[in-house]
Amino acid sequence: MNWCEYPGWFVGSEVLQNYGCRMASGLWITVQLVFFSVLLGFVLAFGIAVARLYGPRWAAAIVNGYTTFFRGTPLLCQLFLVYYGLGQFRVFWQDIGLWWFFRDPFYCALLTFTVNTAAYQAEILRGAIQSIPRGQFEGALSLGLHRWATLRLVVMPQAMILALRPLGNELIVMIKSSAVASLVTLFDLMGATRLAFARSFDLSIYLYAAMIYLVLVEIIRRVWDRVELRLSRHIALR
Amino acid sequence: MLDKLALLGFGPEGWGWALLQGAGITISIALATLPFGLALGLVVALGKRSDKVLLRGLATAYTTIFRGVPELLTLYIIYFGIQIVLQELWQTLGLPGSFSIPPFGAGMVALGVVLAAFSSEVWVGALNSIQKGQREAAAALGLSKGQAFRLVVLPQLVRVALPGLGNNWMVLLKETSLVSVITLPDIMFITTRANVVTKEPFLFFGAAMLIYLFFSLVSARTIDRLERRANRGFATFGGATR
Repeated sequence: MNWCEYPGWFVGSEVLQNYGCRMASGLWITVQLVFFSVLLGFVLAFGIAVARLYGPRWAAAIVNGYTTFFRGTPLLCQLFLVYYGLGQFRVFWQDIGLWWFFRDPFYCALLTFTVNTAAYQAEILRGAIQSIPRGQFEGALSLGLHRWATLRLVVMPQAMILALRPLGNELIVMIKSSAVASLVTLFDLMGATRLAFARSFDLSIYLYAAMIYLVLVEIIRRVWDRVELRLSRHIALR
Repeated sequence: MLDKLALLGFGPEGWGWALLQGAGITISIALATLPFGLALGLVVALGKRSDKVLLRGLATAYTTIFRGVPELLTLYIIYFGIQIVLQELWQTLGLPGSFSIPPFGAGMVALGVVLAAFSSEVWVGALNSIQKGQREAAAALGLSKGQAFRLVVLPQLVRVALPGLGNNWMVLLKETSLVSVITLPDIMFITTRANVVTKEPFLFFGAAMLIYLFFSLVSARTIDRLERRANRGFATFGGATR
């Protein structure tokens, strides 16, 4: 017996035992997908937020359009547009040697989730940076700090503490939203569960999947609370 | 490329009417879910603030579960779950044939319970912002607890809760795209079918994006108006409340 069959065996569920290994590998795909998209999305979001706040007017306008577009449309629709829609231009992708990327549902989901979460995270970062009092910027300027140094040494350390909680929420939202990846033939946790249900017609497999998601989200929530408490330990309790 | 745009039109080849119908379904399921979800959310919020430990525990468990489980999974569980339960009920009652739940109802229930979980957080925040003195004054005027809630607390609650509830609405609007998986013919369902028939996914999913974007922009503007209206008596002090 494989290790991934034990949970099902332990709770006495035949369907969970039979599909335990598929669900475990599905969970791994979900974790990878969310981890990389949120991480890459954060990098992108930082650039977007800075462009929005400090960039020229045209850059701010483009960024505004970007966030409005991706926050105003469903993730499912974006995913279909990337996977099916961009996949339509197969010849073009083959010509420039990118077909391997747009052929693969994992990379398509990764791309979609990254640009989607970047839009949300950019708004979070923008709000956090904007709520730093003006005096902080002026103080840095009077100390002779360069604009970039001000951002890196003075503003961001303070803004990140403010942004931490909403960013944690965004991470949790992404874990839940990542379930739509199963609709473009990706066997993430949701995809593996759908497969198990389609073959066994045992509804309990959905309940087990719900429990796995719930545990995952709760773990992240608790860890995040700890991190926040630790990072803000120099600030009086609010 | 231009000849393909005819596929979105209202001609014999066009999917225009189908798309409009899909848009109608999307907006109607969102509008039908809203009052149900918000009312249930308020009940959950009152449960969370209750003196009874059991009620508090139940309300907390409710929000933890429905905020932690993916909406897609909730939708499947409710759709298939209700189906199985009703099916058994149907058979024990000895009725002929079989019963199948309408996807609209299942979608509404699933989106509603999730909306309730999220909106309850907003309601709790708003309830906390109503000062104790308001209830005490209402009691001093001889209003019953129910009257105090309905006549004193609720009108003030709406103003504070509106921004959060507006957010909930925007999320709900986008979540309706998931009901296409239980065969409700909303925008996503129609465009998916159009894609199968015409093999023009970029065109149709792009069109779907624009429809959703339109709904989002209209919603944002409406919410903004509502907030301004709700705040109309409060802006006199330098607009500090906004």
